[in-house]
Amino acid sequence: MIRVRNLVKTFGSFTAVNDVSFHVKEGEIFAFLGPNGAGKTTTIKMLTTLLKPTSGAIEIDGLDPQVRQNEARRRFGIVFQDPSLDGDLTAWENMEIHGVLYHVPHKIRRLRSEDLLKLFELWERRNDQVKKFSGGMKRRLEIARGFLHTPRILFLDEPTLGLDPQSRNQLWNIVKKVNESERVTVFLTTHYMDEADRVAHRIGVIDHGKLVAQGTPREIKDQTGAETLEDAFLKLTGSTIRDESADPAAMMRQFAKMWSGGKR
Amino acid sequence: MSVIYILWLREIKRYIRSRAQIVASLGQPMLYLLVLGFGLGPVFQRAGNGNYLQFVAPGVIGMTVLFSSVFSGLGLLWDRQFGFLKETLVAPVPRLQLMIGKTLGGATVAVMQGLLVTIVCIIAGFRPAHMATVPIALGFMVLIAILFAALGMAIGSGLQDMQGFQLIMNFLVLPIYFLSGALFPLTGLPVVLGYITKADPLAYGVDGMRHVLLGQSAFDPRVDLLVLVVVGSILLIIGAQRFSKIEV
Repeated sequence: MIRVRNLVKTFGSFTAVNDVSFHVKEGEIFAFLGPNGAGKTTTIKMLTTLLKPTSGAIEIDGLDPQVRQNEARRRFGIVFQDPSLDGDLTAWENMEIHGVLYHVPHKIRRLRSEDLLKLFELWERRNDQVKKFSGGMKRRLEIARGFLHTPRILFLDEPTLGLDPQSRNQLWNIVKKVNESERVTVFLTTHYMDEADRVAHRIGVIDHGKLVAQGTPREIKDQTGAETLEDAFLKLTGSTIRDESADPAAMMRQFAKMWSGGKR
Repeated sequence: MSVIYILWLREIKRYIRSRAQIVASLGQPMLYLLVLGFGLGPVFQRAGNGNYLQFVAPGVIGMTVLFSSVFSGLGLLWDRQFGFLKETLVAPVPRLQLMIGKTLGGATVAVMQGLLVTIVCIIAGFRPAHMATVPIALGFMVLIAILFAALGMAIGSGLQDMQGFQLIMNFLVLPIYFLSGALFPLTGLPVVLGYITKADPLAYGVDGMRHVLLGQSAFDPRVDLLVLVVVGSILLIIGAQRFSKIEV
């Protein structure tokens, strides 16, 4: 479903993604793990047409997202690291805009929005402005929205960042459920190793732009002789702390947090 | 078409829902209108230029439309880093449609804001010379709004952080306002200032409105119209180009 060969992305002299190759099968949940600044988000951006690769080949459901951009875009849904809902609009209106942007016919849009909002337990709050939602509700709405146009692939970039254990648990249960019922391929990143261990069928570990390990959680643990995935991860990527330089997005994020009283 | 419509509608809904913001954004125009209008009135009268409130009202309306439309475009900065923009950029929709929807939405909001200030002006004592010409003034408002919404998009597409925002405000938006002749007549200016004001597109917008509302103007109204349409079209093209190159 996703096929990546020798993918490279450089920003000036910095190589963010360095010769990465992997393959995600249809219906699989694939976790892409790595420390801060390892190249996870850059890879997702290239897979989702937001960034042009410097070199290498990408196939999304058999399509090159650079050449047949809009066809590729129809095939995936994405939940970004930062919320991308419109807080001034209601949950229903956010779904509606998404449906129009993805050319979902009016009738199907209404039916599917209703089903999804009910599934994600947001139906009662559909006419409330999204800015009144909690972090977990916003996340659920974003994922519900990502499913609206029946994508074949769902990208989740750190979807559980800043959520409490209850919301995280619920979120993964829903993702697993939809993965099974609609055969949606899921490509996710997270910093919580226990989540990856529990949810993912296969895992790729990226560090300094290079893919350092690939396999089922079991295989990765066996490979490194570690008890838990967290230990395996630390063995693979070392225990030095990565300080991401404060990019404009990070600074704005902080600024927004200040203004919204620490809520996401 | 439906994509442009839904993005346009989004801007309108956001505007109508932010009541506090609507009221807050009336503060500045009212200051200019009431403080300058009544404060400078006697001096203006003595200089033989007539009623200052009448003169400054089209300028204040122009200012409102200018600020509102530029800021709608600069709002991209916010949308871009963690807002709604990414959601639209990964959608299977041409970038041009996204840009047109947002620009038209921002321009419509600016015109609504301009109409609101027009009402405030009328309450404060502003009287158009002929009621029949008010719709033409609305046409000028629309042109100003589209022109500056496109300018805002062109700049907003490249802005990376909040510091840039302050720079744009102090070195572009405020000069455009003060040099447009919104507050003083453009006739008999020192030579250099005269040339600078002629390079300011808002000058033609305000002048056009003054012509249709009061029957007084510094330029030929056909020139006003031509400049607004040509500059507006150029900025729309630049804005669309820069918007299509956004990478997040």
